[in-house]
Amino acid sequence: MSVNLSEFDQSCLDGKEGSAAASAMRVIVRLAETMGATELLDVTSAHIDSCLYHGPAVLDFAKWLEDQGAKVKIPTTLNVSSLDLIHPDLYRGDKDWGTQARLLMDCYERMGCKPTWTCAPYQLEERPKFGEQVAWAESNAIVFANSVLGARTHRYGDFIDICAAICGRAPAAGLHLDQNRRGDILFRVDGLNDSLMDRDVFYPVLGHLLGKHAGNGIPVIQGLPEGVSEDRLKALGAAAASSGSVGMFHAVGSTPEASTTEEAFLGLDPTDVIDVTPEKIVSARNELSTVSTSRIGAVSLGTPHYSVQEIKKLFELFGSQSVDSGVNFYVSTGRDVLTEASLRGFVKPLEDAGVIFVTDTCTYITPIMESVTLPVMTDSAKWAYYAPGNLGVQVIFGAVEDCVASGVSGDLCIDNDIWLDG
Amino acid sequence: MIFLVNGKANGEVLKLDDPLSFWGGVDPQTGEITDLRHPQGGMSVKGKVLMMPFGRGSSSGSSVIAEGIRSGSGPAGIIMMEADEIIALGAIVADEIYGKAMPIIVVEKTEYEKYSTGDQIVISEDGITFS
Repeated sequence: MSVNLSEFDQSCLDGKEGSAAASAMRVIVRLAETMGATELLDVTSAHIDSCLYHGPAVLDFAKWLEDQGAKVKIPTTLNVSSLDLIHPDLYRGDKDWGTQARLLMDCYERMGCKPTWTCAPYQLEERPKFGEQVAWAESNAIVFANSVLGARTHRYGDFIDICAAICGRAPAAGLHLDQNRRGDILFRVDGLNDSLMDRDVFYPVLGHLLGKHAGNGIPVIQGLPEGVSEDRLKALGAAAASSGSVGMFHAVGSTPEASTTEEAFLGLDPTDVIDVTPEKIVSARNELSTVSTSRIGAVSLGTPHYSVQEIKKLFELFGSQSVDSGVNFYVSTGRDVLTEASLRGFVKPLEDAGVIFVTDTCTYITPIMESVTLPVMTDSAKWAYYAPGNLGVQVIFGAVEDCVASGVSGDLCIDNDIWLDG
Repeated sequence: MIFLVNGKANGEVLKLDDPLSFWGGVDPQTGEITDLRHPQGGMSVKGKVLMMPFGRGSSSGSSVIAEGIRSGSGPAGIIMMEADEIIALGAIVADEIYGKAMPIIVVEKTEYEKYSTGDQIVISEDGITFS
C-alpha cells in the first residue's frame, strides 16, 4: 500500500474504531491510491450527496455502513434527496421508488447527518472558512467551496463523502493541496460590454463556456467587475461543473485566491489563453436551449437552490403579476432558506401569485413537475444541461426577468437586446 | 498503465468522442446513454469496454456506476487517459458491497489511440489485448 497511514488510520483499518470505520477507511484508502495520495488529512465537515436515491445500490451501501454501526464524526450536511418532505404531495413518481428514497434519507439521518436537504450548503449559517479542509460532494457545492469560500475539497463523488464523515479523514491530494489549486487556462472577458457583465444571466452562460473549454482544469477569469456576488459565482460554478468537470475556478478580483491574475497562476504562465468574444457568449447561450417556440408550459428556477436574495429578486420582479393559468412555475430552494424568505415576507405573495416552492429536492432529479409537452424555461445553465436527458423535456434558457415575463404571459418573452452588442 | 480498480473484462469497445457524465447521462437500469447532447447519445454502454478521455459532471456519477454494476447494465470496463475519482468510487464501492469488480484503467495517449469502437478487447491483470 503506497499510502502512509497515521496511527488513527491504521487503527480504523484494523477495526479498533469499529467495523463501520474499518469499512469506510478501506474505501478512503482505495480512493487515495487511485488519486496518488501519499497520506490522508483531517477534514472538519462533510456534505453528503449519497442521500439521493438512484436505485438499490445506494441503499445497499448506506445499510451496509449503518448495519456496522456507522456514525458521523464531524458536522455533516445532506444534499437534496428524491422527496420534498415539506411538500410531500408534490412527488408524482412511483410509490415504491418514493418509499425506497425515504428509507435512504432516514438511514443518513440515523447516521448523524443534519437533515439540511440542500445542494447549496454554502447558504446555511455554518459554512467552512478560508483554508478549511472539508470533504464535500455535489459538483456545484464543491466548486463553490473551493472557489468562493477558499475552503478545500477535492471533487468527491458519492460514497466517499459519508466515509470521510465517519472517519474525519480524506486523501491528501487533488484540490486539498496548494500546488493543485493553481489556475491553468486564462479566460479574458475584457472585451465584453460592462452592461452584459452587470446582468445575472451572463454568469451561468460564462460558466457553461468555461466548463466546455476547461474540462477538468482550473479556469481563471480576468476582466470581470470586482466583487462579483456570491449568487453570480454560484451560477457560474454550477454551470462549469455541468458542462465540464471544473472543481475550482478563479475570478480575479472576486475569489479569495485570485486577488491578481499572477496569484491565480501562482506566478506561472497559463497553459492556454482564450479571449471570450461576444460571439462565443451568444453561441454558449444558444447551446443551452433545445428549442425556440412561442409558448411555454413551465418555468423552473433554483438550480442550485435559490438564495434568499434570489427569492427577494423574484418577489420584486413579480410585483402584482400572477403566473399564467397554462404555466407551472417552480422554484427549488433549501428548507432553511425558505424559512428565512418566509419570515422576510417574500414567500406568501409569490405563492399567491402561483409560484410553487419545492424544498429538499429539485425539479430535474425527481418527478415533481406536471407533465408538459410545451418547453420549460429556466435561468439555470445546470438545469438546462441536465433536464432534457433526465425528464425528456425541451428547454429554453433565459434570464430570470425573461422567465418571469414568460411565466406571466405564457408566451416566450426573451430580451435579446442585452446580448447583441456583447 | 495504471489500474484504478482491478478486474477483468472482455467486450466490444465503445469509444466516446466526448467525456460523459454518468448521472444525467446514462440510465443505469438499461445502460442507454440518455444525454441527448452527447455525440453517442442513444447508444448503450451495457457490456461494452467504454473509452473516454476523462470524466465529467455530477458527483452522483459514482452512484450510477455502482447501480449499473449491480444491475448488470453497466460497462464491462472503462479505459481513460486521466484518473477520475467519481468514476473510480462507483467501481470501488460495487466491489466492496457486491464483490463485483469492474476494471478501470488509465493509459497513455499512444495506448488509448490503439483502440476504436467495435474492437473486441480483453482486460486482464497483464493489461489490454485484442481478443
